Amino acid sequence: MSAAAAPVTRRSFLQASLTASGGLLLQPVLSRAALAQDAPAPPNPFGLFLRIERDNRVFIGARGAEIGQGVKTSLPMIIADELDAAWADVTVEQLPLAIDFSGPTPQWKYGPQGAGGSTSIPDAWADLRQVGAQARALMRRAAAARWGIAPDAVVTRDGHALHPDGRRLTYGELAAEAAALPPAAEPVALKSRGEYRIIGRPQRVVDAPEIVTGRARYGIDVYEPGACTAVVLRCPYFDGDIAGFDDRAARAVAGVRAVVVVPGPKPGEPLTANLATGIAVVADDTWSALKGREALQVEWTRGPFAGESSAALDRQCGELLARTGQIVRDDGDFGAARAAAARVVSARYRVPFVSHAPLEPENCFVHVMPDRARVIGPFQQPAGAQRAVNMVTGIPRAAIAVEMTRSGGGFGRKLTNDFVAEAALISKATGLPIKLMWTRSDDLQHDFFRPFGHHELVAALDGAGAVTGWTHRLASASKYYRRPNVKAEDMWGPELYPDDFPARLVPNYRLEWHAVTSGIPRGSWRAPAHTANAFAVQSFLDEVALASGQDPLALRLAMLGADREFDYAQHGGPKFSTGRLRTVLERVAAAIGWGRALPKGRGIGLAAHFTFGGYAAHAIEAEVSPRGELAIRRVVCAIDCGQPVNPLGIEAQMQGGTIDGLSTALNLEITIRDGRVEQANFNDYPLATLAQMPRDVEVIIVDSAESPSGCGEMGIPTAAPALLNAIHAACGVRIRSLPVRDQLRQALRA
Amino acid sequence: MSTRFTVNGVEREFGGDGDMPLLWYLRDHARLTGTKYGCGGGFCGACTVLVDGQPQRSCLLPVAALAGRAIRTIEGLGESGLHAVQRAWIEEDVAQCGYCQAGQILAAAALLERTPDPSPEDIDTIGNYCRCGTYVRIRRAIARAARERRST
Repeated sequence: MSAAAAPVTRRSFLQASLTASGGLLLQPVLSRAALAQDAPAPPNPFGLFLRIERDNRVFIGARGAEIGQGVKTSLPMIIADELDAAWADVTVEQLPLAIDFSGPTPQWKYGPQGAGGSTSIPDAWADLRQVGAQARALMRRAAAARWGIAPDAVVTRDGHALHPDGRRLTYGELAAEAAALPPAAEPVALKSRGEYRIIGRPQRVVDAPEIVTGRARYGIDVYEPGACTAVVLRCPYFDGDIAGFDDRAARAVAGVRAVVVVPGPKPGEPLTANLATGIAVVADDTWSALKGREALQVEWTRGPFAGESSAALDRQCGELLARTGQIVRDDGDFGAARAAAARVVSARYRVPFVSHAPLEPENCFVHVMPDRARVIGPFQQPAGAQRAVNMVTGIPRAAIAVEMTRSGGGFGRKLTNDFVAEAALISKATGLPIKLMWTRSDDLQHDFFRPFGHHELVAALDGAGAVTGWTHRLASASKYYRRPNVKAEDMWGPELYPDDFPARLVPNYRLEWHAVTSGIPRGSWRAPAHTANAFAVQSFLDEVALASGQDPLALRLAMLGADREFDYAQHGGPKFSTGRLRTVLERVAAAIGWGRALPKGRGIGLAAHFTFGGYAAHAIEAEVSPRGELAIRRVVCAIDCGQPVNPLGIEAQMQGGTIDGLSTALNLEITIRDGRVEQANFNDYPLATLAQMPRDVEVIIVDSAESPSGCGEMGIPTAAPALLNAIHAACGVRIRSLPVRDQLRQALRA
Repeated sequence: MSTRFTVNGVEREFGGDGDMPLLWYLRDHARLTGTKYGCGGGFCGACTVLVDGQPQRSCLLPVAALAGRAIRTIEGLGESGLHAVQRAWIEEDVAQCGYCQAGQILAAAALLERTPDPSPEDIDTIGNYCRCGTYVRIRRAIARAARERRST
């Protein structure tokens, strides 16, 4: 049925073919050579990308991993708009992982499928518009041929081709003819901004009807025939091991099928497979597995980090910051600026370890067979899941089928596929199809935690209050801990982003990093180091402003200066615009009424930050009672994420990001004692409830024609510093160590 | 000894381990998977179901304690089509990841049974976690469902 192919990106091509029911199927193929032979299309092993049925229903494959960020809605919107489909006619279907291994290097069949770094939308903007546009071009040509007119004379709208004389045909009626046409040899023209009919308009979550009725499928909902449930008792000590164990009682529990040791990484080895040594209990159902695990008797060795504690880590940071560390950016001469300063301001801030705690804990189904494997689960990096199974079984990646369910949150936790490797090891050891379940305690005790660190900031000001020198000295436990192929001198990379504000805006600017030694695993937590650095920098800006008698908004605007762009070499670049950051700041300041008189005990705080290509700001009005009780009275945030794709989704991400930022800053910390995590459930890791959060979060979406960034991570970094600045404005107490917890009460009592 | 109860109006009998929490019975045995596991300690509310109309954390309820009780899960909330709360949830586009939403919806439905016109403070009594932070839209959806129920 193959016709020909049209280019989508440099290396992939769309192929049009006829479906069994007479519709149009568009799917990518990756090899021009395969097409040139005019051979029949190979059976499609990956599912459908874009299908238009004769009854005009449009089926769009969603390639991305859906973790709550809304890509299962927003990415198909992009295709549907360029296709000129009616959104009401669209059905979205989740695509499985699809990587073509037939060529010299593996290639995405549908484009990138991971969820991390707020990249899904910018990636989709680069290629998925062309998918829709190619299909629309086929429809116009098919209609033109039917009517004997030029394709350019055919207008499309809402799933119809329109003749200038008023005749109209549905796409479904044209599908079979379109399928026989050769797609364009070159990329076809995309819509201009004014022509969007779906992009930029609010669309609800496509899975909402399934979600509200309990039918949506998550990893935990996978019940494959013959599968056994496994839970693992893992060594709680970082790099500890099994000293001895007795599994007789566990094996005696009704329903328990097997007990197997799952070896973890050796001390110092990269953390690329499972995270810790453990003992797996495999049973007929979850309850039997849990009871079996409860019955295990294990003695652990405490490993090389048995002396580690949160207090010791704080002391270590103090000692490190007394020395000079690794200078990772050094513009001008900070020492000279400091020596010449009319005023020097400095402060230290502390950011704790925190856990991702997705509400759906890690879990997945893995069946390792002699020559292939099946994997189903809630992944952020399905390609990584495939690699993890390959790594621990040796089964070629091409023989490992990976399906993504919806994921009950990710927040970065499911970027790592340690739990997939663990499930594969258990399946391999037992020969059984395994559904691995992690409990909440497993999740909180064994995470890749957001790094902890102490930040020291120093600003030099001239007599007029202009900031002439700035240094940010950070001692942190790098996120790159035990990543393969990272050199010691590169460990700072994920901790300080050299091109972040206020680089280039202060002539004498220095960034300095110190490596904290810790055995706790670390990883990417939603908006990674931006959460820590925006907290420190945006808190410090207020301290500088107040110490020098300046208005915090005016100081920020003065530092941003004239609207211009700078190169931005880290993730989220290639450019950083001072004007776009200024705009979001001014929008929230205006909305909340910055500068107005407030009753005693109330204050407004601001913060603005550039995260992964998006610009966000918060303005928060807080009230602090004389006894230190905090009430968040009003929250306004603004985002400029370029061309808005789904405003309803953007609003949701900003509201959710705000609440994530506030909840974490107010209450959450992972502490270490005796070389292990102390927290074991939500009673000691208390996420904020509805009652503790603001009743509204107002979201301003800056309209923009710029290429879109993502929006999943931009809402977090500025929420905490805006709150802390508001608290200071309300009661004069400066919180420099997170989480806030009862610090206000203690400070005001004193 | 087996335990008899109803789930969404259907008679059920369970003869296995009476200590098994209702959550795992519903999921692993009845295959009603809309009820979610979140913490196993009664903190998060992802496993909320209605027992004789009252919201309960099913992760803490042993099956043996359910003799004669009527359990309603998210699958059985709308007895004919969608419940007003479910409709409001769709209208207000509440869900992000969606994982906690069954528990939130059941908690909201129970609140509206007790308090048809809830104040913000009444809504504050819902202690279910939403890790995505959909709380603002949860408030809007409950208010919408309350309006709809009062007008019909």
